[in-house]
Amino acid sequence: MKISFNINGEAQSVDVDGQTPLLWVIRDMLSLKGTKFGCGKAACGACTIHVNGEAVRSCSYAVKFAEGKEITTIEGLSEGDNMHPVQQAWIEEIVPQCGYCQPGFMMATAAMLEKIPNPTDEDIDNNIVNICRCATYYRMRKAIHRAAELKNTNT
Amino acid sequence: MTEKKTKKKGMRRRKFLKFSGVGIGLMIGGVHLTRHMWRRTIFEMAETTVPAYMGDTKQPMLWFQVSPENEIILHCSKVEMGQGTFTGLAQMAAEELEVDIDRIKVVHAATDTGNIDGMSTGGSMSIASLWKPMREMAATMREMLKAKAAEKLGIAISALTIANGVISGGGKSMTYGEVVEGVTDWEVPDVPPLKDRKDYKYIGKPVPRIDLRDKVIGAPIFGMDAEMEDMLYGSVVRSRLIGATMSNFDTSEAEKMPGVVKIINDSDFVGVVAKSYTEANNARKKIKFDYNVDKTWNLSDIEEAIQVGNGNKTVIQKEGKAVKDVDGEGEVMELEFKSPIGAHAQIEPNGALAYYKDGKVTIKMSTQVISITQKEVAKALGLKAEGVNLIPMYLGGGFGRKLHTPNAIQAAKMSKAVGKPVKCFFDRKQEFQNDTFRPPTHHIVRGKLSPEGKMVALEHNFASGDVAFNSALLPGAIKPVLGADVGAIRGGAIMYKGIENHRATYYHVDLPFATSFWRSLGLLANTFAIESFIDEMAIKAGKNPVDFRLDHLVDDGAFGTRIRNVIKACADKAGYTDKPSGNKAMGFAASIDAGSPCAQIAEVSIENGRIKVHKVVAALDCGIAVNPDQVRAQVEGCICMGISASMFEKMDLKDNKLFPIIYGPYKMALMKDSPKEIETVLVEGADFAGPVGEPPLGPIAAAIGNAVRRLTGKRLTELPLEL
Repeated sequence: MKISFNINGEAQSVDVDGQTPLLWVIRDMLSLKGTKFGCGKAACGACTIHVNGEAVRSCSYAVKFAEGKEITTIEGLSEGDNMHPVQQAWIEEIVPQCGYCQPGFMMATAAMLEKIPNPTDEDIDNNIVNICRCATYYRMRKAIHRAAELKNTNT
Repeated sequence: MTEKKTKKKGMRRRKFLKFSGVGIGLMIGGVHLTRHMWRRTIFEMAETTVPAYMGDTKQPMLWFQVSPENEIILHCSKVEMGQGTFTGLAQMAAEELEVDIDRIKVVHAATDTGNIDGMSTGGSMSIASLWKPMREMAATMREMLKAKAAEKLGIAISALTIANGVISGGGKSMTYGEVVEGVTDWEVPDVPPLKDRKDYKYIGKPVPRIDLRDKVIGAPIFGMDAEMEDMLYGSVVRSRLIGATMSNFDTSEAEKMPGVVKIINDSDFVGVVAKSYTEANNARKKIKFDYNVDKTWNLSDIEEAIQVGNGNKTVIQKEGKAVKDVDGEGEVMELEFKSPIGAHAQIEPNGALAYYKDGKVTIKMSTQVISITQKEVAKALGLKAEGVNLIPMYLGGGFGRKLHTPNAIQAAKMSKAVGKPVKCFFDRKQEFQNDTFRPPTHHIVRGKLSPEGKMVALEHNFASGDVAFNSALLPGAIKPVLGADVGAIRGGAIMYKGIENHRATYYHVDLPFATSFWRSLGLLANTFAIESFIDEMAIKAGKNPVDFRLDHLVDDGAFGTRIRNVIKACADKAGYTDKPSGNKAMGFAASIDAGSPCAQIAEVSIENGRIKVHKVVAALDCGIAVNPDQVRAQVEGCICMGISASMFEKMDLKDNKLFPIIYGPYKMALMKDSPKEIETVLVEGADFAGPVGEPPLGPIAAAIGNAVRRLTGKRLTELPLEL
């Protein structure tokens, strides 16, 4: 079936089985590789993107539900050369190790900050539940607090 | 370089390899009578020595390419899997090449470049084994550039100076990029003297990771991100059951599934090639077959097998008498410990993209064993190694999981069958059920305490399964020579040389499923057993556990001294006390792995009946920290991964099915479980850069257990730690 949506500000149409997970449409049809495959069962969060501003695990989100929606991936998180505060904070704290899961974490964090501009440690514990096998959690927590600071200063 | 020079260098290398071969041959031939001594020497070396890098470090041109824009491209034979190797090597190269680090770009060396590491990326050895060769190559390359510049500018070498990749003299100047233009012949001079440590501009500085930006913008750098034009997707059938074979494959339903291009019925595997990942996977699930099972396996069978006393016994360390033979007054204590089967659970699954064309294979993938993967694929397709060009990509986590790479062969065979590039990778269920697990362990630690509170004897008896054995990294013939699995025994020897009688005995058990390298190998479980026991002995002796440890470590000017210094630095930094304060207590533990001592103190409380780790203070002596920030990052990562492994993770086995097969049910530490405070002290107790990536995984489990003991009086003897 034909499905149309906006991704990172651009209109896109794909002709695909509606049950196909959005993840594979993004990665293999639209060739945006920043959104990662980890488990295919919405259990790790590596594929987290934004659908109409909500954090969604795209490996378990059928593409047919994306019809008419606004989708943002890690590639669309920054505005041109201006990195999103979450990305800036990630760079300041030198968070990534292998880096594979990091886009998912950054997307989850960016979505949380829209709802909770000044997250407490408890907010972070409750909302950021992705998996990082390099276990960069210590720096991530610092980066999330820093991102909130940067975002609040910018706006 | 000149022909003559190449040959000479080449010959030198061949001689060396041959010599090594003779050495192993002699050992295998069996110096049978002295084999126990031999073995123990090898095992002790394995605990403390950094093996030499196994590749060409005599030809800088294999490693460094200079672009016309005066950028240095470092073609790296070690892979980047998060450990920060690319950044550290860039720092080392920049130091001797006399260029700003921004001018250095690091890429994975494709095998076609000829720059191939004969071993693997692992064992915390990348920076350590290249510490000297990388700086020597960079310094040599600098001299080569200088010599060419002198020729081109017509100025004596002695009159030239270098600043940030620009060579100047006599009022003229040339960039490195200009120097290399048109040069095809390089003379490789003798290695010039290297910089003094006091003159370092980059080594020892917290330079940001050079892959930071790519990893923050989501650049397509990983094996999973590899693409080739017109590529297809593959999926293979893998056994859900251990100890089983599969037969009577019926692919008739799969053939009818949408998107299917071809069903592959190979002697090694059955799989599907389809137009998309989901179509390949969906079709593969329709393939029917029979399992042939000889024996039913449950976890209890494995636990029964992994027992001290079972399997092949090897004494890996022996000083003085066994505990039971030590005369004199004193109290004998014995504790038993266990650790479970652990999964790698790295987020990027194993996979490969391969394209077979005109008798040559091109592969893009993440692998820790570039050379082995290349050779395996070549063999499987009846090609010479040179017939396979492996282009390594960044790894979305390694941890030992990417030391086995059957996907590369599968993808290559599929590509040959369909005449197009095929990307073939495992799904998450396959990643879990067919992992090469961390083997379970069993330990009996025994010790004798004198009436004065001094340990007079200590022995560590332990059982485990394959780690290095049956891996592509170790020749099969070495197993009977060594007896003990060199991976499983990591951290298994007693480091307290001040205890007059100490020994370690290992029992190797064959398991009915694949086990192999898991970050830090045996270290995590072995240190848990020994350091929990030492803590218990300290309590029995009525001593502070830090002092108690120092009492039994020899200030020998070597590793004994380095361990002592790390222990003292950690205790000082944390303000260690063995008395609980409020609802919290500190637990102490230390270890030495691959020659890098590490100590950790965990500050723990019990909340709602569960263990909570609030803060960890670590001290590590890896010698020179090439990038102190990334060394700290490795320590932090090891601590949090160690918390995950020691408090949450375990695999179960029922009716030949290993499970869980998905994150979530396979419990792991998340953000909420990770300590909010981590402090790392770097004790640079040696004048070389030593191993970093695994040694900090040693102490954490025991440190947490020891804190729980102080808090509750209860001694935890099993991983994962549960109250």
